[in-house]
Amino acid sequence: MYKPAAFVLLAVFMLSGPAIADITPERAERLEHMILQDCGSCHGLTRAGGLGKPLTRKALAGAAPEGLALIILDGVPGTAMPPWRPLLTEDEAMWIANYLLKEAK
Amino acid sequence: MKRPILALALILMTAPVCAADTTMATGDLGLVVERTTGSLLAVDRSEHAAIGRIEGLGDLSHASITYSPDERFAYVFGRDGGLTKVNMLSQAIVKRVLQAGNSIGGAISDDGKLIAVSNYEPGGVRVFDADTLEMVADIPLNAKTIGLVDLPRRRFAWATWDSGEAWMADFSGPEMVLTKLGDVGKNPYDAVLTDDGRTFLIGLFGEKGVTAIDLWADKPEPVRFLKDYGKDQEDLPVYKMPHLQGWAFTGDQFVLPAVGQHELLWVDRRSLTETARTKTHGQPVFIIAQPGSPYVWVNFATPLNDTVQVVDSRNHQVVKTLTPGEGVLHMEFAPRGAEVWISVRDADKVKVFDSFDYHLIAEIAAQSPSGIFFTSRAHRIGL
Ligand code: HEC
Repeated sequence: MYKPAAFVLLAVFMLSGPAIADITPERAERLEHMILQDCGSCHGLTRAGGLGKPLTRKALAGAAPEGLALIILDGVPGTAMPPWRPLLTEDEAMWIANYLLKEAK
Repeated sequence: MKRPILALALILMTAPVCAADTTMATGDLGLVVERTTGSLLAVDRSEHAAIGRIEGLGDLSHASITYSPDERFAYVFGRDGGLTKVNMLSQAIVKRVLQAGNSIGGAISDDGKLIAVSNYEPGGVRVFDADTLEMVADIPLNAKTIGLVDLPRRRFAWATWDSGEAWMADFSGPEMVLTKLGDVGKNPYDAVLTDDGRTFLIGLFGEKGVTAIDLWADKPEPVRFLKDYGKDQEDLPVYKMPHLQGWAFTGDQFVLPAVGQHELLWVDRRSLTETARTKTHGQPVFIIAQPGSPYVWVNFATPLNDTVQVVDSRNHQVVKTLTPGEGVLHMEFAPRGAEVWISVRDADKVKVFDSFDYHLIAEIAAQSPSGIFFTSRAHRIGL
């Protein structure tokens, strides 16, 4: 069972915006590539975990996509999880969060 | 190695002959990790060509490879805990065991008899018989293991990410002897043995600095250095952990990646004091010394990973910037330094460059290539 940290819960209320973001198919393909290759270097190609925690659908079950999106954007300070805000928009982070929660892996 | 067919033609021309010599040698072969497809591409260094593909190796992200002393067998360490023994001559899997849930690398003992694997899940190190892949020792340390290296005389050393310790296991006697080398600092991300086998260098992610352990000392002890780099600059995000396994030792210096800074740090080998810094294109990932030269080659973390820079260790200046393409993941030199093989993931190619005039010598098709490992690694300490 996924236990969201308190700041994640808080974050859920702070992050506004469309639940299903407007992402072009080309951009979606780039994001998928990024999840596999760039996130994969710490979370594993199968997202089973490595230096970073597992990001499988099972491992994340129950997590709010908004909370995950904020972790992706701002990282987890004091750990190796970097902030991706310089490289991703909020919509893109939401798209990734939803992808992680839905795509079977 | 020449293709057998060519050898055959030559032999047929020089009569009389009894039998064609189709014997293969492995001294100029290598393997390229194809990480998304879980396969290996066997390459011939002299021919600049792929000579076969080996499939079925599981999750090969962060995979690494060591070779048996006769360069006949490769031992492949996969992310999914797979340890696979591959025959370089038949290019086939000889044996494969899933020895853990999640692993990160391995090493072979100097006598070629033991294979050690460093694991994330469960943490610790497991040691296997190189022949049979039967487990001979299990060293659970309840921590993710990084920077596993072989030391002379059937010994291995490594560090632990979670607990910040360095350890040594000695298999030279009838019983394994496990020694804690000391507390090395917060979150070591990788470690490397210097080319003389003397110093175990451990890079830290959780705090600034690098730890050195002099293994020639009667009582090896961790010594911290480079404690202050980047103190007055804001840290940049690290989108990929740097690696230290590159033998970036040139002349009297070590060169190390700054973590969270786009810089190389040059350090005097003996005094462990900083001698210079070089501003680079991005967060350095691998810094690899070009054998027999004053140069080191550097690649970078995403999103700046289309570039490679060459830096002169004499004046610490960037002398060349190349852009092989998106996703430059690894560089491997011919053992005497004449050429460098670079994996360009998104181009699905390995590109071979002349290390001195930088011209492109060859391109070899490969599926999302990452690590490149030549069999000559069999004869290098600490890999
Ligand atoms: C340099 C290594 C690294 C990279 C690259 C990386 N992560 Fe992480 N990630 C981590 C670590 C380490 C953690 C665990 C942090 C902690 O201890 O809470 C983490 C945690 C997370 C979490 C929270 C998981 C949970 O169960 O709380 C998410 C979501 C996540 N990462 C997504 C991503 C995505 C998406 C990418 C790619 C855009 C990515 N990460 C790239 C290291 C990394």
